Amino acid sequence: MSTVATLKIRRGSDGEPARWETFEVPFEPGQSVLDGLRWLRINKDPTLAMRFSCINANACKECMIQLDGETVYACTARLEPREMTLTPLPNKTLIRDLVTEIAPPSERFK
Amino acid sequence: MTSKPLAIETDVLVIGSGAAGMYAAIEASRGGVRVFLVDRSLIGRGGATVMAQMTVAAALGEEVPDAPRYHYDDTIAAGRGLCDEDLAQLLCEDAPACIRELDAWGVGWARRDNHITATTAPGHDRARCVYVDFINTGPAVSKTLRTVMARNKDIRKAGDICIIDLVADSNGEIAGAVGWHVGSGAPVTIAAKATVLATGGLTRLYRRNSASLNMGGDGYALALRAGASLIDMEFVQFFPIGHLAPRLVGMDPIMWDPFRYKLGGRLLNGRREEFTSRYGSDEDGKYVLPRDLATYAIFKEVEAGRGSPHGGAYLSFEHCSTAALRGAFGPVIDRLAANAIDLTRMPVEVAPIAHYHMGGVIADPQMQTELPGLFVAGEVVGGANGANRLSGNAITEALVFGRRAGRSAAAHAKTMARKDLRAADARAALELAGDGRLLNTASMIARLQAIMADEVGPFRTAAKLNRALAEIAALADELDERPPRSVGASDAGFDLQRLEWFDLRNMLIVARAVAQSALARTESRGAHQREDFSQMLPAWRRHQRVRLAEGALRLSGPPAEAMVS
Repeated sequence: MSTVATLKIRRGSDGEPARWETFEVPFEPGQSVLDGLRWLRINKDPTLAMRFSCINANACKECMIQLDGETVYACTARLEPREMTLTPLPNKTLIRDLVTEIAPPSERFK
Repeated sequence: MTSKPLAIETDVLVIGSGAAGMYAAIEASRGGVRVFLVDRSLIGRGGATVMAQMTVAAALGEEVPDAPRYHYDDTIAAGRGLCDEDLAQLLCEDAPACIRELDAWGVGWARRDNHITATTAPGHDRARCVYVDFINTGPAVSKTLRTVMARNKDIRKAGDICIIDLVADSNGEIAGAVGWHVGSGAPVTIAAKATVLATGGLTRLYRRNSASLNMGGDGYALALRAGASLIDMEFVQFFPIGHLAPRLVGMDPIMWDPFRYKLGGRLLNGRREEFTSRYGSDEDGKYVLPRDLATYAIFKEVEAGRGSPHGGAYLSFEHCSTAALRGAFGPVIDRLAANAIDLTRMPVEVAPIAHYHMGGVIADPQMQTELPGLFVAGEVVGGANGANRLSGNAITEALVFGRRAGRSAAAHAKTMARKDLRAADARAALELAGDGRLLNTASMIARLQAIMADEVGPFRTAAKLNRALAEIAALADELDERPPRSVGASDAGFDLQRLEWFDLRNMLIVARAVAQSALARTESRGAHQREDFSQMLPAWRRHQRVRLAEGALRLSGPPAEAMVS
């Protein structure tokens, strides 16, 4: 059994052509996709943009992304020892990488 | 120099949108002033409030007779002789009104027989702690305050704003702040007649914590750099039974607290023996052990080789029936099942986890700091909880101090003419919005969290603290004088490395304040335990203050005999 998870991530900002980058991260049963992304930023690429706040509690609801085309919370979606495709929410304005504008209009800076 | 900043002008600026900041914004607005509420995260989504799955202490006296003076007595006893009595009194006296106002706003406090029902949390002499089922207190409080704000056009809100520094005018009054918008990278100046710091505590400094990402002590750092004093910075509360194993996702690590309120539960060592009686408190299936003693007992069992497999203790609800578990926690039992945890058949492992900070900015009961124009609210405020916070007082202080700070800030703003941030006063902070070299900020934060967890945890020695201070200094040297920009200027949105540089700038100075204060306090009291000074000493029944002067943190307050070393 593979001991790594392969994260295929859509990178880039609004208005620039998307690029795909693939990273291998260590896999342990029980981990979340967010665990993999946080490991990746610390150990491989701190330039990856993602939005998260409460880390594990599923209280802040900030880490919404798409995993293999399904909308998930990165903190509760399980990391798996296979290729997992991560993309920003398709119905929200893209800011960068996995970050989209998810705040209601009245709570945004403008 | 970067692009021309976006300039905002308001009456009251509130920094931080947990319960303290949102209540401050609502109350200031009721005072008839314009409010601008900002957060480093999204509004009402980061911070500690939304994470609080537990209870809120208030002497409502609905089910059993109660009065604020009894709540006060318990708060003072928990604080191990170090509570600021005026702040503790405000906390207890205003709590019932805040709880009832939230009730009127529809928060949904759990009820029994038409009364708001309360549970007895450790350290309280009677049932005094209200909650929202099922372990939904914090999210319900956040949502309620957000909804109240949404109806109010005088409160302008903006998430994704990172505050760089407070700005003082030529009279030394706080006249607002300089920051930048994370979503676009643009610098922002905010001129305000009064400013409220409501950014929460510092638990992000530790590897294992129960905090949101924006709890790196921003308010303490902003206050220090503006010239205010902090007190009691050595008192970091560790929550004794934070979840350790097996891996559990989608739940706050402090979730076992409400389980213990409702079901008791048994705390066992690695040999499945009850052990708290060895440390002076017999639990007898009830949840009565104060946090500092429980943390001590678990650490000592682990040290003696009697820990659970992952280095903590077992918490067992195996004596509870499925029906009892489901009756008490409903859908939470399904979330546990999704994590392959069946409490009727297995214990979980728990261990102390950084949870709350007793120290903070010095303020009077009007929440006025030493600096004119600067107010504080919630966990940013130092002193109310002394050396050890009583269970249930954190959301209470967010509500009570938030409401009071909003009221005071509005009253202050009404006496002031319009403030403008003069370019000269804002220059230093704006220059920080320039670009430095690239750094792996994510790994630097992880290193700081390891240092704090390993050397500045609940059990301290001079050797460990000196090692921590050296390592914190090394990290500070590594941090460039300017934040990195990992992307081109035309493409500046959501640069997380840049945000983490500003986080580290705050976290490192706050880490230094904690370690230095802990080194100077040569005794053990509450959440501060020195293995090389194990006694609680009458001469140390006093606060230490920390100020920033010429780049160094200066401590004052240690007793004369302790200064000789």
